[in-house]
This record gives sequence, C-alpha cells and structure tokens, in this order.
Amino acid sequence: MAGILVYALHDDEGNFNKNSLGAISEAAKLAGQIGGEASALVVGDVADDAAAGLGKYGAAKVYRAKNVPEGLAQPIVDAMAKVITDNGISYALFGGGLLGFEIGAGLTARLGAGVTMEVTAVKVQDGKLVAERPILQDSEIADVGYVSEPGIIIGRLNAFDINESGGTAAVEDVEVELSAWSTKAKMVQRGEQRGADVNIEDADILVGGGRGLGAAEGFKLAEELAESMGGAVAATRAVVDAGWYPYAAQIGQTGKTVAPKLYLAAGISGAIQHKVGMQNSENILAINKDPNAPIFEFSDLGVVGDLHKIVPKLTEAIKAKKGG
Amino acid sequence: MKICVLVKEVPDAAVQKRIDPSTMRLDRSGEKNLNPFDTHALEAAMQIKEGGAIPVEEVVAVTMGPDSAVRALHKAVALGADRSVQLTDDALAGSDVCATGYSLAKVLESESPDLVLLGQQSDDGECYTIGAVVADHLQMPSLTQVIKIDVADGKLRCERQAEYGYDTVEIELPAVISVGDAINEPRYPSLKAIMGAKKKPLDNKGAGDVGIDAGQVGEAGSKTKVLALNPPPAKEAGEIIEDEDTNETVEKIVAWLDERKLI
Repeated sequence: MAGILVYALHDDEGNFNKNSLGAISEAAKLAGQIGGEASALVVGDVADDAAAGLGKYGAAKVYRAKNVPEGLAQPIVDAMAKVITDNGISYALFGGGLLGFEIGAGLTARLGAGVTMEVTAVKVQDGKLVAERPILQDSEIADVGYVSEPGIIIGRLNAFDINESGGTAAVEDVEVELSAWSTKAKMVQRGEQRGADVNIEDADILVGGGRGLGAAEGFKLAEELAESMGGAVAATRAVVDAGWYPYAAQIGQTGKTVAPKLYLAAGISGAIQHKVGMQNSENILAINKDPNAPIFEFSDLGVVGDLHKIVPKLTEAIKAKKGG
Repeated sequence: MKICVLVKEVPDAAVQKRIDPSTMRLDRSGEKNLNPFDTHALEAAMQIKEGGAIPVEEVVAVTMGPDSAVRALHKAVALGADRSVQLTDDALAGSDVCATGYSLAKVLESESPDLVLLGQQSDDGECYTIGAVVADHLQMPSLTQVIKIDVADGKLRCERQAEYGYDTVEIELPAVISVGDAINEPRYPSLKAIMGAKKKPLDNKGAGDVGIDAGQVGEAGSKTKVLALNPPPAKEAGEIIEDEDTNETVEKIVAWLDERKLI
C-alpha cells in the first residue's frame, strides 16, 4: 500500500511538535493523491487518547512503540524501519528539526532508500512523490524524484502547515527490537534551558544579533537599539552556542520561529538555519559588513557597513526622533 | 585509539556556485577549499588527542572525491592529521547521499576507527545527514551537531541543542560524531606544518580496494534523481545602501523605518 509514515516527535510533557503535526497534515493530503493513507509513529509512553488524537491532523493510523525511548535518533530508526518494512509503506516524511534529519539519514542507510532534505514542498507526479528542495542559497529549486521505494523526505522547518481535517486514528502497538548500536547512546539530560528566560515571540520589533556583534558585550548595542524602538533582542544559534546570549532568544532551526513587524538583523549572515526562523517577518532590515552575506538576498533594506559605527548612531537618531 | 576525520573539498565560499544543466550536478570547477565545518572536526580530534583523557595513537583524514581533493587532505594534515586516505574512483561520480554514505562507510571500515568525526554540514549542500548515514552502515552509535565533547571512562559525553533545549548524551565508542562550529576555534596551521603536509603518508584507494559494490554507487546506484531545476518564486529585490557617510546612512534608515510606521 502506498502509504506515508510520519514520525511524531513529542516533549517530556507529551506535547507533540508542531512541525510533526504539519508533516502529518501534509502526508494526509499527499496520501489521498497517491491512493494510500497517512500514518504516524510515536515512541515512548504516549497515552491512548494522545496517540489517537493525531487522527485530527489526518493520520489514519498511529503506530506506538512503547519500548523505544524518545529523544535520540537511532532507536527511532529501528522503529520506523520495522513499521515501513512490515507494512509496505512507500514514503517517510519528517517535519523540520534535528531529530528528523538524523532519523531520516539513518533510515537511508538502513533501507537503502533515497533521501531529500530541506524540502519546502512536495508534489505528486505520475502517482509518485516529488520533493522540492531549494539549493545554492535558495537560488534554485530542484525537483527530486525517487527511483525506488521507500523514499525519505525531510522537510525544512515550517514547510508544512497544520491542517485539522480528520478524526480519530486507530492505535497499533508495535514491539521493536533495538539494534545493538542503538542502545549505546544514552540521554543524560534532555531539553536543558540555559540563560535567562526572555520572550521574543510576542515582540512586534526584534533586533537580532549575530557573530558580527563581535563579542558578548556587543549585545549591548543590540539591546540599546531594541530599547529605543520598544522591541526585544533575539540571537542566532552561533552566538547562543558561544554563550553570548540566552537560549530562549534563539531564532532558527532549533530555536524559535518569529514573524514580527520589523526584524533588524545586526551582524547576521543569514544562513538557511536562521532564515527559516524569521523569513516571514513583515519587514527585514539587515546591517552587515559583508556585501555577499546571504541575508541581503531576502532583506527589504540592506545596509552594507560596520554595525559598530552605524548602530549607536541609529539608536541616538531614533531616540531623538521619538523624543521630538 | 584511532580517530578518523571525514573531510570534503568544497567550492570556495567566494565562488558563485551553479548547477551544470547537462549533468544536474554542482559545477565544481573554480577555486576550492577544505569545507570550513571540517576544520572544527579536525580541531576536536586534536583537542581529544592533546587532552590526554584517552590515548590517541593516530588521527587520519579521510575523503572521497576527485584528484583535486588531495589539497583538502593536505590542509587537513597541516591542521594536525597524521596521515590521510583518499577514496577516488570514476564509478563514484554522481553519488547521492545514500550512495555517498555507503561509500564513506566502506572506506572507514578498512581503517577500523574508534571514533569518526566530521563537520555537521558541508558548505555545498548535503546538510547534516552524512554522519548519521555512515553511522548506521558502520553499526555505531552517533550524534550530530555536537558542541561539546568530554572523554571520561572511555566514553564520550556530548552536548548539543535539539528541539527543546540542550541535550547531554553519553555515548560508547566506537562512535560517529558530527560537530557544530561552536565546538571550538580551529587553530591556524603553522608554516612548517603546511610545508610538511605533502610528505605525510597519503593512501589512495579505489572503490574495489574497499569492497564497494559498484551497483550501489555513482549516478546509476543512486536512489534519488534530480528531475528539474526551477527558479524560486520571484521576490522583489530589497534596497541596498552602502555605508559611506554614516550620518547619511542613519538618516536613510530612519526615513525607511518612518515610512513603514515602525518607529
């Protein structure tokens, strides 16, 4: 049967990831067009009604592998490979996110299956799925087809919209035998929050800071500018990992997704991983000293110059304007 | 233990990249360089070796690629690898992720490493995935996008960001770890190391030498096919200001913000 299987990621409280729910909605839509059904896989101790509830997004069936731990990829590869093989499923679809990448990649090796990542849309041609993948800094879009089944599709963050179409899914428990190497990585701590808790998702104006700020102290410039406009400060993954700014302020692939009225990017190159978290902002203003920075490809106003010279003066000018 | 570091030659960041329409593959002519993410993997290997928590006998740089890729290996050796291995074979050209991961796993198998390190992504496209493909073929545990590695009791303790915050994961060896660029600041090679790089042993291997099944690689063995290339939906180009006179630049920015009622 030409089915599509989606991995539904959940946190320690049992909440499903919204990118997973988007992937289920997308799978349900596509499955209808290729004459199959969409199903989802959940791992760990997921309650009956929570699993069945995935039917709301279009999953006809939910496979539950209770003995498989959540959070690390390889045990989930074992589970997905079994469900795909046992049920003759044609495609595996993942929403954006780190685990989806890892699980999809592992499945590629396990099943000898073709894989496409960073996919922004999926279409049906001659009864088969074709993945659209932007390449070369999003300057072209490759249509990628699969020469054999199963095929693996790893979506880009926020690629698939949630659509509540269905009802209740049938839940089937599966016993999965874990591979020897799948048990050799153990989660010591999951989802640790580091740094202060800040709210960037509700701000109308965000000043995003990247490596171009030069050092943790550079964020003072971003904070003063944000303050002058009544906005908040966000950050790229690189500077959060470097410890310059709290994790709660991170935008992008493993951080938050925002769509403020103004996103002012200070010293941010605009890598895809960051772009996916902020590209829906109404107005994007970028200041960067590198004229070739990818951020200029999708900003509404790009300023090529030294932010350390520009930002303090801009802050003063905005204060003066507001005061006057 | 033995650490293998996977490296890749990629088009230089300054080169305008394009797809060759006749092959649907990336045009790899022009200036090339060692994938910047791989320098972090090499640095991580050197720090484990120098850290002394576990004895490291050898760091081996491994690549798959055409003849020119030897320069990426020279650079890897200049950054500290003891020797290098190049898998090169016309049969491998056009391999997709599935076929590339299989081929790399085969060449690594011939080295029996205790730890495989690689950069989390290549500058030219195959984002994030190769490490996990290689790991499953080698039947080793793996973790990608790692930003901290500590060695204790013969195991690795790794940290990384995942969907819900920072995860700490303990991993038994042998293992495959891909590292993020926040893990370290790669050192600059010394002039002496650069000069000496060409003298370090370089092993050249073909597909047959490492037991690669020719039917599983190259364009014919790949499981995906690029059917078409299309331009993205047109987006109106933004305005660009070059900062020459900062006061003037700031004036323009304020006017732009004001026009959109953002201040």
